[in-house]
Amino acid sequence: MSVYFPHKKLPYLLVLPQLVITLIFFLWPAEQAFEQAFYQEDAFGLSREFVGFDNFVYLFNDPQYYKSIWVTLVFSFSVAFSGLAIALWLAVMADRVIRGKLTYQTLLVWPYAVAPALAGVLWWLLFDPSMGPVALWLQYFGVDWNHFLNGDQAMTLVVISATWKQISYNFLFFLAGLQAVPRSLIEAASIDGASPFKRFWTIVFPLLSPTTFFLLVINLVYAFFDTFGVIDATTQGGPGVSTATMVYKVFNDGFIGLDMGSSAAQSVVLMFLVGVMTVIQFRYIERKVEY
Amino acid sequence: MIENRPWLTFISHFSLLLGIGVVALPVWVALVASTHPSSAFGAGEIPLWFGDQALENWRSVFLGEASSGVDVPVWYMMLNSFIMALGITVGKLFISLLSAYAIVFFRFPFRGACFWVIFITLMLPVEVRIVPTYEVVANLDMLNSYSGLILPLIASATATFLFRQCFMTMPGELIEAARIDGAGPIRFFFDILLPMSRTNIAALFVIMFIYGWNQYLWPVIITTDDAYYTLVMSIKRMLAVDQGDIEWNHVMVTTLLAMIPPVAVVIGMQKLFVKGLVDAEK
Repeated sequence: MSVYFPHKKLPYLLVLPQLVITLIFFLWPAEQAFEQAFYQEDAFGLSREFVGFDNFVYLFNDPQYYKSIWVTLVFSFSVAFSGLAIALWLAVMADRVIRGKLTYQTLLVWPYAVAPALAGVLWWLLFDPSMGPVALWLQYFGVDWNHFLNGDQAMTLVVISATWKQISYNFLFFLAGLQAVPRSLIEAASIDGASPFKRFWTIVFPLLSPTTFFLLVINLVYAFFDTFGVIDATTQGGPGVSTATMVYKVFNDGFIGLDMGSSAAQSVVLMFLVGVMTVIQFRYIERKVEY
Repeated sequence: MIENRPWLTFISHFSLLLGIGVVALPVWVALVASTHPSSAFGAGEIPLWFGDQALENWRSVFLGEASSGVDVPVWYMMLNSFIMALGITVGKLFISLLSAYAIVFFRFPFRGACFWVIFITLMLPVEVRIVPTYEVVANLDMLNSYSGLILPLIASATATFLFRQCFMTMPGELIEAARIDGAGPIRFFFDILLPMSRTNIAALFVIMFIYGWNQYLWPVIITTDDAYYTLVMSIKRMLAVDQGDIEWNHVMVTTLLAMIPPVAVVIGMQKLFVKGLVDAEK
């Protein structure tokens, strides 16, 4: 655009509200996190001393922190892959269907609106070791289900809850991607005798790869940051630390453990991670604009 | 449809129905659980068909007569949730419409700096900077207040980014025409820009409302006074008893009540919702 309004003061007035909110509730806390990451504070917050990079050194020598990184990776990739796979399958099926497509869509997208914490509680009821129908059914088949004692089972439960909520989102994007695949390509391939299966893997899936990559990033970001509620409402990071992700640990060390220095250092590490993910996403957006 | 393959069509419908069933399963069980007396849950088995306590359970939980570990009734927390969700939605729309308007339609010194200060917040959720944000809000004396619940969650650039992209696609002739007709920037904003962005605003409204309603960690941290509890976070308090003492029927009524408003928004405004979702991530 090349035409602008020639005003001197008005634009400042217009950006002012957002700038003020951003400065107070974003930049100030971020600055505090950076500052605090270099200090050691006593448990009552009465005094603190400058310790340089000690908090970071301590953090990266702490086996617990590596454990939380590992938990985060297992959790995030499990959520992303199972969510993408199930959603892609359902979207391909919905794309084939002629009658009732919108009804199917409606009945599949509503979990998006459910808060992560509530999703966790709903699945907890199903898997409750003493009375949950799925847990009892598993016990009938000899699986000793108790996610309060077994770390792997606790992880499975939070992965299921988090995936359940995210399927709807992936489904909508895959469906939109599938509808953008040119019909003529599919028709040409089927005239050449390619089976539906072959058509999917050699034509449709490669054409969907931008959507898939975009969704992978979004799903990882979701699993990293938005699933706090799932974990806090169901397992609270337990048993032990087997479901304590990095974001959960920031909260836990800061508010329960009252170790402000370490929590702030972890915040800084996470901010760095988010920055990297944002850059990846922006790169992707620029690439998408090209074609 | 390229060719007719009845077998594949059958598999399609079957998969979709199975998917819908699995997705709906937890809500079904929750609905059933909400219709039984609390005594039905301790026995090592959960009832799989509806009981006769539905009205009783829903009424007592809604009015706060059932013991729940929270001092205020559910309808009151629902009101809080509405205030928070609407506050976040309206606040975000307000500040981001104005700043996107300034950034796209004006040229002024430090425009680039303003742009970056705002866009640095993109994607960095409150969960990451939770402890220092808490301290800032505590310093400002906003713990246990609606402004404390709302304002820190408004500080995000997603909406600004969307409006910026939407405004940039508008033709420059529009401003020229408006200026020739004697319209100033304020007139232009209200008479041309707002009506033209109507669908975008509505779509974003849907997404933001769901985002605001579903906030969990932030309300958990800054509210210690029951009067400011929101519905979604109150679940944590209701579950904070010994494992055997959880009153599942009441917990499930609360869970379902907390789900109903956002789910109704998604289903009722599906077109806008899908548009908002797809646009917001572009």
